[in-house]
Amino acid sequence: MIKRYDSVIVDITCRIMVPFIQLFAIYVIFHGHYSPGGGFQGGVLLASSMILHRLSLGQKESYAKLAPRNASILGTGGMFLFMLTAILPIFFGGMFLDYSFLPIPGLESAMLRYYGILIVEIWIGIAVFGCLVVIFDRLTERRWG
Amino acid sequence: MRAASAIIIAAFAALMIYATSGLPVPGDPDAPGSGHVSQYYIEHSMEDTHTPNIVTAVLADYRGFDTLGETLVIFTASLACVLILARRIDRD
Repeated sequence: MIKRYDSVIVDITCRIMVPFIQLFAIYVIFHGHYSPGGGFQGGVLLASSMILHRLSLGQKESYAKLAPRNASILGTGGMFLFMLTAILPIFFGGMFLDYSFLPIPGLESAMLRYYGILIVEIWIGIAVFGCLVVIFDRLTERRWG
Repeated sequence: MRAASAIIIAAFAALMIYATSGLPVPGDPDAPGSGHVSQYYIEHSMEDTHTPNIVTAVLADYRGFDTLGETLVIFTASLACVLILARRIDRD
């Protein structure tokens, strides 16, 4: 059981830092087309912000922000939607993972692949975020007594 | 026993260091690794996917199956953590 860290400085610093880390993580995910970054890196940043929240503010307050159950839903949901995006082109005349056959109307093939990469990066980010938070929660949960 | 393992490790390290002398120079255009498909990626990734970052285009589009596998690895790791470490109800 992680208790709240008994220091005003740690408390205030972490409260201020966490939203900015999450904002940067979302930037890393969405800016993967133009700079280094992508779903894995952004997802790890999101997870590390949540782990910082858990370590500094304690499990009681942090579980109210993101319950372990919701974290596992995020992890499985991201993975499931990635699989769905991969399988969907098969039903519209393409091959597995061929984003140019995604059913988004009014876009040419290259733009469809552009948005396909973006969609898949978002699902990867959510999946990595959920999975890493689940691992942390299982390792730190109260087990004895 | 300690001396034998030290000799084995030293011999293996010497073999590995000797093997690095046969590796191609990084960025060599004539290296076997840069001759197969990387030329196509560098020339066509912009018109194929409108993505200026070739690494992202290769990772998520041309080699999407590999990325799917990587995500599955992380998912499997968290699944194993839940199955092994989760608090279980005593059945006795």
